[in-house]
Amino acid sequence: MAHTEDEILAGLAEIVNEETGVEVADVQADKSFTDDLDIDSISMMTIVVNAEEKFEVRIPDEEVKNLVTVGDAVKYIAGAQA
Amino acid sequence: MAITLRPRATVPGSQVLAYGAARGDLDVPNDDLVGPIDSSDEWIRQRTGIVSRTRASAELGVADLAEKAAREAIETSGISPDEIDVVIVSTISFPYATPSLATLLAGKLGCPTAVAYDISAACAGFCYGIGQADALIRSGSARNVLVVGAEKLSDYVDPADRTISFLLGDGAGAAVVAASDVPKIGPTIWGGDGDSWSTIRMTGSITDFRDGSAAWPTMEQDGRTVFRWAVWHTAEIIRQLLDESGLTVEDIDVFVPHQANMRIVDELAKQLKLPESVTIARDIETTGNTSAASIPLATHRLIQEGTAKSGDVVVQIGFGAGLVYAGQVLILP
Repeated sequence: MAHTEDEILAGLAEIVNEETGVEVADVQADKSFTDDLDIDSISMMTIVVNAEEKFEVRIPDEEVKNLVTVGDAVKYIAGAQA
Repeated sequence: MAITLRPRATVPGSQVLAYGAARGDLDVPNDDLVGPIDSSDEWIRQRTGIVSRTRASAELGVADLAEKAAREAIETSGISPDEIDVVIVSTISFPYATPSLATLLAGKLGCPTAVAYDISAACAGFCYGIGQADALIRSGSARNVLVVGAEKLSDYVDPADRTISFLLGDGAGAAVVAASDVPKIGPTIWGGDGDSWSTIRMTGSITDFRDGSAAWPTMEQDGRTVFRWAVWHTAEIIRQLLDESGLTVEDIDVFVPHQANMRIVDELAKQLKLPESVTIARDIETTGNTSAASIPLATHRLIQEGTAKSGDVVVQIGFGAGLVYAGQVLILP
């Protein structure tokens, strides 16, 4: 069953917290992964793969660089599961 | 009447008798490399776990490194060099396309009539070699096999490359493999992904360089793709390895993944849920990524330090340019 954007944001926040220790509450749609949350490219790949499993979607490597903010990732995942 | 050909007598298994190691003679800390890549010691440590890497000076070639590691392995094994009947060298940095480094080495070591050949399987090469040695011995085609992984990757680095060059080091590791009444090298799981040929690559060919259409070839990679493949694909292969050998993660004493990047080593351990009791090879911190040499170098170090001991169950897995991968479970000598 498709997840809502709110569910995806909540799930993504858990994944980010697990990988980086960033507080769940700080993972908001308008936050940049690199500039605001200080997530490097390697942690980003770990987050991407965990998100793929959790939401049963495929996020190609060439797409990852376009996911600048948490909101970008939420929208991409929401679209990909449709 | 059909003729039946008589096969050679087979043996039940094989074992590693001894390891040897040789690292580059220069210690190259991150600070020596950060200028051309506009980086910092902290940036490299955080992304790779590397503090310094060993590289070889101009007068120390890949053949010298291979010879030093091989001599130690043979001496420690207790067998005489003339009893070595196969020499397999995995290298991507021997500067001659032919003849092979393996034949050069066989001559230097005192086993000049041995079967000798190089394999090109990059960072999976040592495990490819161990897989071949095990199969050759069990089939009766060889008695004692010398497997060497040897690299002088500093000949193929671009100081301004931010994808892989700063990870790379020079070194060689060797193992002598012989017959065993009980298998002490488990089934090899190996394979590749030829569709990903250019994921870890050289910037050009040697003939393009000759013709002036390309610079001296150096290494580069698509880091994201490699990281994803190296962690999640490799974790799956390790599960298969354990399964085929009839083991679980609880049975592992020592985990020696190819020393590509400490973040890959850490993430693999996390994905596999390795118990705290497992000794994890982290030779990359001071040696760097030495491709085919990294697994025997890391294993040798753990043995020297006493953190890995005789009878320990080791899981080793190599993965790299090709893309290719290979791994085994083995019992330490």
